[in-house]
Amino acid sequence: MSVLIDENTRLVVQGITGSEGSFHTRQMMAYGTKVVAGVTPGKGGQKFDEKVPIFNTMAEAAEETGANVSIIFVPPPFAADAIMEAADAGMNVTICITEGIPTLDMVKVRAYLKDRKTRLIGPNCPGVISPEKAKVGIMPGFIHKKGHVGVISRSGTLTYEAVHQLTTLGIGQSTCIGVGGDPIIGTPFVDALRLFKADPETEAVVMIGEIGGTAEEEAAAYIRENVNKPVISFIAGQTAPPGRRMGHAGAIISGGKGTAAEKMAVLRAAGVHVVESPAEIGVTVQRALQEQ
Amino acid sequence: MKIHEYQAKEILKTFGVAVPRGRVAFTPEEARRVAEELGGKVVVKAQIHAGGRGKAGGVKLADSPEEAGKIAEALIGKILVTHQTGPEGKEVRKVLVEETMNIARELYAGVVLDRSRSQLVFMVSTEGGVEIEKVAAEAPEKILKEYIDPGVGLQVFQARKMAYNLKLEGDQVKNGVKFLMALYRAYVASDSSLAEINPLVVTKDGRVLALDAKINFDDNALYRHPDYAELRDLNEEAPLEVEARKYHLNYIKLDGDVGCMVNGAGLAMSTMDIIKLAGGDPANFLDVGGSASAETVENGFRIILSDKNVKAVLINIFGGIVRCDRVATGVVEATKKVGVKIPVVIRLQGTNAEEGARILKESGLNFTVAGDLKDAAEKVVAAEK
Repeated sequence: MSVLIDENTRLVVQGITGSEGSFHTRQMMAYGTKVVAGVTPGKGGQKFDEKVPIFNTMAEAAEETGANVSIIFVPPPFAADAIMEAADAGMNVTICITEGIPTLDMVKVRAYLKDRKTRLIGPNCPGVISPEKAKVGIMPGFIHKKGHVGVISRSGTLTYEAVHQLTTLGIGQSTCIGVGGDPIIGTPFVDALRLFKADPETEAVVMIGEIGGTAEEEAAAYIRENVNKPVISFIAGQTAPPGRRMGHAGAIISGGKGTAAEKMAVLRAAGVHVVESPAEIGVTVQRALQEQ
Repeated sequence: MKIHEYQAKEILKTFGVAVPRGRVAFTPEEARRVAEELGGKVVVKAQIHAGGRGKAGGVKLADSPEEAGKIAEALIGKILVTHQTGPEGKEVRKVLVEETMNIARELYAGVVLDRSRSQLVFMVSTEGGVEIEKVAAEAPEKILKEYIDPGVGLQVFQARKMAYNLKLEGDQVKNGVKFLMALYRAYVASDSSLAEINPLVVTKDGRVLALDAKINFDDNALYRHPDYAELRDLNEEAPLEVEARKYHLNYIKLDGDVGCMVNGAGLAMSTMDIIKLAGGDPANFLDVGGSASAETVENGFRIILSDKNVKAVLINIFGGIVRCDRVATGVVEATKKVGVKIPVVIRLQGTNAEEGARILKESGLNFTVAGDLKDAAEKVVAAEK
């Protein structure tokens, strides 16, 4: 099994006609993802690559095609609106790739999503992949391999690095979730861990955190009480200076809080296999699986 | 984005937040004139992007316009070292000249984002004038929090609750409520990421004012505030970082001597970490973004090499959508163009990695090609030593 997306995913691409949207739509289709619709206001009635019908609104796209998952490639000023439109159209999952959405827009989005069924992944994330079933994101598909390790990460290329290490060792993945690098995201670590805990085919979880915020600390508390599967974690930014935003909007040590050392200590205390070196994520997973 | 105290106060004033009368001065003569307008007795405050100015001698009282001018003369051009500036300090280029206050009490008020709740939170404390982090660590019960419902915003009852908790009395309550409501409005309307009033003062005649003010803006929202974007003070930023931003590169200068160029922020941080684990010290954080084209690599090289401490460079690219052979071609072109004279270790992984490695090897340039992340870090640290 996998979480969030699989071979039954019927994907609608919000912003399908933009340069990023169209490029990645082709990549996702090549991977085997069922792209059933696209949405670009004003371009309804046209077809993308003569195959995928384009609609003006998400409501129409959902109604006409039975789409159940959406991916968002909409520029930052319009992305919050796109997320809410996806929720209104009843998507099970909406994955927002967009980087640079104003924080206060996301505060509103989170409030809007509260009483709705839609699960938001991102924003500012590489997306989600359930290897050999569906890819809803911008990650390189070929580095992944179907298997039993769940991956959760706040980062993009660092996730690819970790996945590559796993695949090279012959360790496949159930689903890899890029939760996003922003201060406010739809699915923090705890929620993603909950999904993997409930998935019988996920045997271990890799959690890649970074400096800033308290998502790792909350995950540690959750793991201690609830997760029996091995969790392997790396925290990026052990050498990051305080008070500086390290690329991701959410990666900042503020008021002495949110350091890598702090997070690593809390995770260790919760029984997590904490990896000091980013080069050793794969081998640590291998060891943890052997110990099982 | 950070702004100066005087800029923060000018903005707050437009939203109805009470601030002392005053104005920025760039020269001693200007400071003298502002002091004269304000009636002579003033406080002169150095304007730099760092806290702890008072203790460092950056805030001084003047009894007359002449004295204000003299203080400004001593401050402007001076390097101020506070616990937030680092040992190199910051040059004072302007001062804020303000009327003095008859202070009865010093309090604290701040609005920030609570990331785990995805809500704004208003924090107030009777312990003003000291660092709030210190209060949070030593006496957390002295910080009162009001979470704000994003649907309706801060409500008056919440402001009233905070005002009474701050032990305001009589007319002070009304003034306090007005102040807190206005501060919230300013935060939201300006897309701040932090608004901190420390101290918030109550004067002997019952007024409630911002004696100091700190505002940071959400960089992601600056597109809707072009006027605020102009408040950026480039003198307050490291010159190389200003330069890097021109090329849309995400660069942060550090103290080490191993330069690094990486695609993706998480991988860039990890690369710094593994350099340290291998016994080296990273000279910078540099995320060249997803595309890592020849042009971005070239600009990245220029920025990294402008840092004279750099003795070796590690390029770590994980090719996803971007192909390693393209990156390799870009690196070869950029190296020739920029004339890189120090050792360069390159690690390419992902899409077309082998092809990329071949291009590097056949370029005739003196690259060290590394296999995995650990190998790359060890090779660059060895090269630098």
